[in-house]
Amino acid sequence: MKKPNDVILHSVTKVAVVIILTFSIDLFFAGHHDPGGGFIGGLGFASALTLLFLSFNIEWVRENIPIDFKVVTASGVLIAVLTGLGSLIFDAPFLSQTFDYFNLPIFGKTELATAVIFDFGVALAVIGTAVTIILSIAEDR
Amino acid sequence: MNNVVLLPIIIPLIAGMIMIILRKNIRFQRAFSIFAILATGAVSVFLMTQIRTKGIQTLQLGGWQAPFGISMVADMFSALLLLTTSVVSFCCLLFAFHSIGKEREASYFYPMFLFLITGVNGSFLTGDLFNLYVCFEVMLISSYVLISLGGTKKQLRESVKYVLTNIVSSFLFLVAIAYLYAMTGTLNLAHLSVRIAEVGQDGLMTTVAILFLIVFSMKAALFLFFWLPGSYSAPPIAIAALFAGLLTKVGIYALFRMFTLVFYHEPQITHLIIGVLGGLTMLLGAIGAIAYWDIKKILTYNVMVGVGFIMAGLASFTPVAMTGSIYYLIHDMIIKALIFLIGGTMIHLTGTSKLKEISGLIGTHPYLGWMFFIAALSLSGIPPLSGFLGKVFITQGTFETEYYWLGAIGLITSLMVLFSIMKIFMNGFWGETYLSEDMEKGTTKGLMFPIGFLTVATIVLGVGAEGIIEYVNLATESLMNPKYYIEAVFQGNIMP
Repeated sequence: MKKPNDVILHSVTKVAVVIILTFSIDLFFAGHHDPGGGFIGGLGFASALTLLFLSFNIEWVRENIPIDFKVVTASGVLIAVLTGLGSLIFDAPFLSQTFDYFNLPIFGKTELATAVIFDFGVALAVIGTAVTIILSIAEDR
Repeated sequence: MNNVVLLPIIIPLIAGMIMIILRKNIRFQRAFSIFAILATGAVSVFLMTQIRTKGIQTLQLGGWQAPFGISMVADMFSALLLLTTSVVSFCCLLFAFHSIGKEREASYFYPMFLFLITGVNGSFLTGDLFNLYVCFEVMLISSYVLISLGGTKKQLRESVKYVLTNIVSSFLFLVAIAYLYAMTGTLNLAHLSVRIAEVGQDGLMTTVAILFLIVFSMKAALFLFFWLPGSYSAPPIAIAALFAGLLTKVGIYALFRMFTLVFYHEPQITHLIIGVLGGLTMLLGAIGAIAYWDIKKILTYNVMVGVGFIMAGLASFTPVAMTGSIYYLIHDMIIKALIFLIGGTMIHLTGTSKLKEISGLIGTHPYLGWMFFIAALSLSGIPPLSGFLGKVFITQGTFETEYYWLGAIGLITSLMVLFSIMKIFMNGFWGETYLSEDMEKGTTKGLMFPIGFLTVATIVLGVGAEGIIEYVNLATESLMNPKYYIEAVFQGNIMP
């Protein structure tokens, strides 16, 4: 079988994936005050992975990222729910959130919020679900 | 604020997610799923005692006050159904251990089972219409997986139909929610109730109410039951019993909630329609149950008769009838799961569901036979078993409101149900035993305990009615007086 010549696709992907991943992480953190958040950040992350799956073949990517994405989904939901449950310890309603300002070495005065942990769970759940759907459609021959 | 309200949703959800991570360890999954169900049951008992002493319990998620945040509300009606759900799912789970098979167990059977419970419990507890939609979807998506898990030809054919009907009804559900939101500007059930009471339930609002009626009828198999006989006979029996015990009941719960809390101003239109649909459902279901000679078909048609009968109580809309309906709903959840499990065991033993090919099972399995007999009596409402009280109260309610035809249909169909279920008993258990024990296709090992447990439950529910009726009366009281629900949700806060 003749090997397809996809040098351009490969080269572009290698650069683009880094940009997309950076952008999705930026979106994720922006979500606390501006448009963005775990859902859209997760989708961006999943789209970067999808681009990898498309340009290189699925087996090759899976060898290098040996993660079961169903487990990613489950851990994401667990993280999100457990952060919600954390408020039970402080006798506050489920899903209550709090934040405070800290002086960190490099970042200076930084706002740390518990909602970010919840959002991280959402992001993992979205990444896991999106990639699982795409992989199961792709493998369904 | 009471965080316990949320636990019946959270416990099965977390348990299911942990099981997905530990997919390979089946023994852990079995033990953990039993633990999760038992914990949920314990929480619902705790909730019941709290509601009894302190009134309706609520939780505003994240501390956002109603109607801005999402409210979780547990009144006695919800708590009773939560407890029944735990009992039914506990038995179905035990039954599944010995009958579901290794392949299904390895393909996320237990997580899906628990997600289904998450959705069911969520629907019982939510105080927000859109959240109700979400919980319905959680439940339905898990049920899609459970119904098609295993991928036999019949399962796939039926699951396509099942998924399609449910997608259509979910779509209509969303449309109805959008209409309601456009007209009232809120989706919090308590707030909706206040707003509609203020502006009055005019023609347009009643139309929306009827749209909701159509949506929930589809889910509850009230008249729109065309999807039910096929899809409930396709999956393995533990799953079918769970569906028969729980899924249609969630639709019934939603109908009760909507038509006692929100749309209760025009009972001569909406509740009359419910009554007519209930009557038709009873008649058609009973005719189906009599006509077929297939165990699974007879049992699924009996599910519909139950639905119709419970709705007759809602149609009458008097305290007595509502008490009867709630009591009968609890009874129905237990008894439907029970007869499905016994019918499934018969099929498991003989390898066929055709009644004419089965005979004399009582010779080899006396306990199974007599438990079926008890279940049959309870199902058709013979005292002192649990079906009796509900039937008395509902019939009394229909006569009080002069829906004589509805009461009459209820009584006639009771006889038809008795006939159809005795047909199974006489053909399947009596007669000549021509299947000796070593010729049977399967064993009853491990299957008898859940069946026995549910049989005891139906006897206790009937004989111990005195103790239970107190809780049922509390449930009726909060259903018939929407103001308790509203006060509990708003707790004196200013309503926008």
